[in-house]
Amino acid sequence: MQVGQTDKTSVVEFPVVEPGHTYRSIGEKISNVVLNIHTPLGWVFAFGTGSILLMMYLISVAYLFAYGVGVWGINIPVGWGFAIVTFVWWIGIGHAGTLISAILFLLRQDWRTSINRFAEAMTLFAVVCAGLYPILHLGRPWLFYWLLPYPNTFGLWPQFRSALAWDVFAVSTYGTISAVFWFTGLIPDLAGMRDRAKHPMLKFIFGGLAMGWRGSARHWNNHQKLYLLLAAIATPLVVSVHTVVSFDFAIGQLPGWHTTVFPPYFVAGAVFSGFAMVVTLLIPIRKIYHLEDMITLRHFDVMGKVILTTGLIVAYGYITEAFIGWYGGSQYELFLIKNRFVGPYAPYVFGLIFCNLVAPQLLWFKPLRTNLTVMFILSLVINTGMWLERFMIVIISLTADFLPSSWALFVATPWDWSLLIGSIGLFLVLLFLFVRTLPMISVFEMQELLHKQEHGH
Amino acid sequence: MRKNFDIPLIRKRLGETNGKKYWRSLEEIAETEAFQDFVKHEFPQGADQLLNPVTRRNFLKLMAASFALGGLAACSPTPAEKIVPYVRAPEEIIPGKPIFFATAMPLFNGASMPLLGESHMGRPTKVEGNPDHPASLGSTDAFAQASVLTMYDPDRSQIITQAGLLSTWSSFVEAMRGELDAQRSNNGAGVRIITETITSPSLVSLFQDVLSEFPEARWIQYEPVNRDNAREGAVMAFGEDVNTIYNFEQAEVIVSLDSNFAQFGPGNVRYARDFADKRRISEESTAMNRLYMVETVPSATGTMADHRLPLSTAQIEAFARALAAELGVDTEAPDTLSEVPEGWIAAIAADLQENGGQSIVIAGDNQPPAVHALAHAMNDALGNVGQTVVYTDPLEGNSINQTEELRALADDMDNGRVDVLLIIEANPVYNAPADTNFADNIRKVPFRAKMGLYLDETASLCEWNVPMSHYLESWFDGRAYDGSVTLTQPLVNPIYDSHTPHQMVAAMIGQSASSDYDLVRNYWSDELGEDGFDTLWQQSLHDGFIADTALEEKSVSASTADIPAAEAAEGSGLELNFRPDPSMWDGRFANNGWLQELPNPISKLTWENVASISPATAEALDLTTGDIVEIRYRGRSVEAPIWVFPGQANDTVVITLGYGRTLAGRVGTGLGFSAYGLQNSDARWFETGVQLNQVDRGYELASTQTHFNMEGRHLVRAGTIQHFREDPEFVEHMVDHGPFDENLSLMPGWEFDSYAWGMVVDLNACNGCNACVVACQSENNIPIVGKEQVLVGREMQWIRIDSYFEGELDNPAAYSQPMMCQHCEQAPCELVCPVAATVHDAEGLNVMVYNRCVGTRYCSNNCPYKVRRFNFLDYGDQTSESLKGQRNPDVTVRIRGVMEKCTYCLQRISGARIQAKIENRRIQDGEVVSACQAACPTKAIYFGDTNDPDSEVSKMKAQPHNYGVLTELGTRPRTSYLAKFRNPNPALEDPSAHEEGHG
Repeated sequence: MQVGQTDKTSVVEFPVVEPGHTYRSIGEKISNVVLNIHTPLGWVFAFGTGSILLMMYLISVAYLFAYGVGVWGINIPVGWGFAIVTFVWWIGIGHAGTLISAILFLLRQDWRTSINRFAEAMTLFAVVCAGLYPILHLGRPWLFYWLLPYPNTFGLWPQFRSALAWDVFAVSTYGTISAVFWFTGLIPDLAGMRDRAKHPMLKFIFGGLAMGWRGSARHWNNHQKLYLLLAAIATPLVVSVHTVVSFDFAIGQLPGWHTTVFPPYFVAGAVFSGFAMVVTLLIPIRKIYHLEDMITLRHFDVMGKVILTTGLIVAYGYITEAFIGWYGGSQYELFLIKNRFVGPYAPYVFGLIFCNLVAPQLLWFKPLRTNLTVMFILSLVINTGMWLERFMIVIISLTADFLPSSWALFVATPWDWSLLIGSIGLFLVLLFLFVRTLPMISVFEMQELLHKQEHGH
Repeated sequence: MRKNFDIPLIRKRLGETNGKKYWRSLEEIAETEAFQDFVKHEFPQGADQLLNPVTRRNFLKLMAASFALGGLAACSPTPAEKIVPYVRAPEEIIPGKPIFFATAMPLFNGASMPLLGESHMGRPTKVEGNPDHPASLGSTDAFAQASVLTMYDPDRSQIITQAGLLSTWSSFVEAMRGELDAQRSNNGAGVRIITETITSPSLVSLFQDVLSEFPEARWIQYEPVNRDNAREGAVMAFGEDVNTIYNFEQAEVIVSLDSNFAQFGPGNVRYARDFADKRRISEESTAMNRLYMVETVPSATGTMADHRLPLSTAQIEAFARALAAELGVDTEAPDTLSEVPEGWIAAIAADLQENGGQSIVIAGDNQPPAVHALAHAMNDALGNVGQTVVYTDPLEGNSINQTEELRALADDMDNGRVDVLLIIEANPVYNAPADTNFADNIRKVPFRAKMGLYLDETASLCEWNVPMSHYLESWFDGRAYDGSVTLTQPLVNPIYDSHTPHQMVAAMIGQSASSDYDLVRNYWSDELGEDGFDTLWQQSLHDGFIADTALEEKSVSASTADIPAAEAAEGSGLELNFRPDPSMWDGRFANNGWLQELPNPISKLTWENVASISPATAEALDLTTGDIVEIRYRGRSVEAPIWVFPGQANDTVVITLGYGRTLAGRVGTGLGFSAYGLQNSDARWFETGVQLNQVDRGYELASTQTHFNMEGRHLVRAGTIQHFREDPEFVEHMVDHGPFDENLSLMPGWEFDSYAWGMVVDLNACNGCNACVVACQSENNIPIVGKEQVLVGREMQWIRIDSYFEGELDNPAAYSQPMMCQHCEQAPCELVCPVAATVHDAEGLNVMVYNRCVGTRYCSNNCPYKVRRFNFLDYGDQTSESLKGQRNPDVTVRIRGVMEKCTYCLQRISGARIQAKIENRRIQDGEVVSACQAACPTKAIYFGDTNDPDSEVSKMKAQPHNYGVLTELGTRPRTSYLAKFRNPNPALEDPSAHEEGHG
């Protein structure tokens, strides 16, 4: 199958691997990032920033555990604040990885090869960041395990009608499958690293992780079958996770939550923000490690198209929501829509419209899609927009619901912000540790791709 | 050495610290004081050693002893004297079962509120109204409900001190007797005693003994919210002071001249009940009384009005004159009444005359004497006297003009005529009018002693401080609004080294060893005769009052001869009005957290007072809510935040008393501003010509509600009674959606085949007085959270009383809607809890399993009524030793991170169920009474088994004006509401114009 060649002009103009690479050069270039004793300054800077932010995160968590969730700006009626907003945001970001590695793998999109490993790792770390929030946001976080179905002396299961119980399954399954999928893909490369490493300690570690991979035909055969199967298993998860996350809101009866458009609209939004995050991260990393020949403008062009498409689906979601709010005739829904645009949080809503609806329209133009400065800024704008979208859904809906007597505003405290910004630190630290210690581009798949480019099969 | 325990130093420290740290450090201080007491009394020879400068060893010893003592304090035994339980004899104490003792709390103008104190193993935890006494009929107000917390207040004055050093009762009595003996030569001319208003016959008799020993001494009764105006008005009309009792149960038409009778004043609870009883609407009986309310600032009673008119106090007098003239009273009607709509006076007068003998004109205590006299004359002219209005002798044994007396005292002090000053309970340094310069003058008295619950502003200027026993620790008597003698029994031995006013006064005449019990009992045995007294005494203690002691009706005739002619309106400009605060009253409740956090009935403000102005005045002065203004009058000024109050009279500024305390305790010190700083003794309640200057803006006021517009939603359903008579279904039709289709679900509904608990709240009876809120707080161990937490929307009260305005901005209708967990049969909260911490029980209750809750708050998000409360921080104070005693042992104290909400008083249901099972029967209707229902003065809350068609609650739910809030969501709430009706005068408003209309 050579699906990747249908758009010939594009491939010629922007190949997925720049010409001049051999199997050896690919292997060396990628593994050198890890095995090279010298750490680029860019890495030190990024990792250092991440560490500082991570420190802030840890302090915020310690303070939170010491005093309770009251350190945040949440109240009655706004029971969920930044923690849930940011949880949904990170989960959304995590979507790009599985989509790239599983769905695009099944669709044989060759351009995914040079970014899938990285995107999968990003997914994993985004899920870590996301997965911590539901625990942190509990009033009594030390009892988080009560949400898990485990045999206990109470004789109690979780309450399975609650979307939060579904969340536990959705997110943990997603996290597990992503990790297994990512690790399975890593095995042949870990073996390559073992072979290239000079230091006995490294040889030992990589050797252990490679689990005895020798590259025999039987190994390859099994590996490819497993990989395909995992891709098939992971594919529905791309849709299911964010669908379930959207149920947290959709099964509630709060105006602004209670809407059936949420599952597709959340999934599209997730992919939208996930790809934006991949773009945000790849641009500097590509620069730091001089990977311009492997992560080419073609990638950015394609990712720009995905962002544009999903952005349009998200826009459709907004419009549907507003339309149904009016068409449904419920005064609560109607009030909600009005409150979004003229209420106290209107600047957030207009910010969101700019970020998610207006700005992505630039991606209709190929010169802009392949202009990395534009893409970088745009990706940041989109991720801000997606955070604002969750803010709008979670918080604005809660501030003014059925009984006007209980309406109240949410005002974030410094601890809200520190935990949000700190979680970015956690993400950066994990990501740059990955970049430094594991091959961030799949060597064997790149070699396979090179083979395909050269031999046409 | 000793100065480490210097009380002024501690007091200073208390004044300086703030916030969380403040609590903790004070706790330590409090315990240290207790420790000193312990050491002094138990180990006098070792005291010095232990009081050495703090070494580590001593510190540890000190802490250990403090803890041990704290533990003891919490389990004081029941008093040694024989007290008689209300229901069962003491030998029947069953651990875990409360016993009720009849007692009474002195409240407005010394009039007592008859109560039943609930005692759990010797600890009073809550009070209920005394159902046998006409002043209560089983209900209470918010102040009585909150009084339990005051008893356990760790900030109370705990030990006798002289100039800040520890002392004893005997040394105090010795010192006082010495001073008094020195005054014998001049017949006690230099002796002054200040108390609050005393209605206790036994105490009055003790005072008479004192005054016969020291004929030249003076006994002054003073409290800032007094009935001087009512007294002067009575003197004006009748030539003597009288106590007025109103029979609202017979009144068809009521004109209130700024009287908030249903919320405050002697008889408030009874008046609220009688008034509401005339407004209970059913399909069969649609008769309803009519209230015309003329008031300056919206009040709880004003929200019940059928016609309400905001007028400044000066205009109310003109209104009263015009109405009186119209009713044929010999007085001159004012020429113009610009603010009164055309035809009002004539229509009201006609309505009153039509209901002659069945109407009431009532004047508020803030109104000038002339208005009171006019009200008396109007009642006389209408033939109400003897019917709806009954006069008796005044309740207090010694009726005086309190402000006059206080002013005279200040003069005497200034001129050095006072040598010995004994102050019992009163706090004039804080609450005397500013022009008396009380704080300066009191320093000129050589011997000053204060007995009080707290080391307050006055105590700080007194050499001797004697802790006073709380009423739940005292033997006491008093008179209720009708004059009947109530007996206050202690439910617990005094927690601290405190004494009662009886003991204090007895000590002045050499009876220092007498117990308060003997003093009260001996008085009554003398009074009632030894014959059969023991039986009568037992019975009276059991009942809480001595039967047949109500004051006799007095026949007086009103004359208008002494009513001064209307004064020409002096000056123009803003009128400054003083009002008692609905939560703090005159400031005495300042350290009571329940009351501090109790939202104002209409504005919903907590933790401070404001200067309220009408919307039009705000516009004219370019001010808005949150601006800080300097209120300047007669050379004095205070700074106050502005609150724009829809429905307030134009060109008035209303400030409430009771705030700006400088030495109230950890809770109450430093909140708000003191209105007394502007008050003058010649014009206590209102003055014209005040100036407002804006000095700042953007001040945040902690209101529990910020949005008062119903947004066109049918939450409070209201209409005219005429509309209901024509179309009883109209309430049901006030919906936006069609009725919810009960058959939508594929699953069969739950069957509740045993009991199905339900509640009905009658909005036509509820006046938003807040008694239920405090009762709930007291019953259910609900913590307070403080101003900062209220500001961010985290108040914990399980009942909130929603307040909505409707109609024109200048005089809107205000509605109160108690909103608590609705116990939905299809509860949205239960569906979303991931750990099944909120579930349904077999009787249809939505129950909260605190132990299972992990705190996701999803339930609250999904609750359309937003009635769930979350412990965002560790609000439940689990460490303050003295507060532990107050807690209801039947209700869990919740920790941080747990959701909570109204349980329909599940513990009371369980109690009734256990009893019913023992007796092998079903729970009877009326057996389970929720705390809010029990407290409600207007009996607006019905609770019971909806499976029983004969239960009161079922009958209410069958009424056509019964409706549920947000039923279109399919929640099927177990709590429903009865619509609110107005009964407008057809002459003033076309009753067929149903402005609310069909939805």
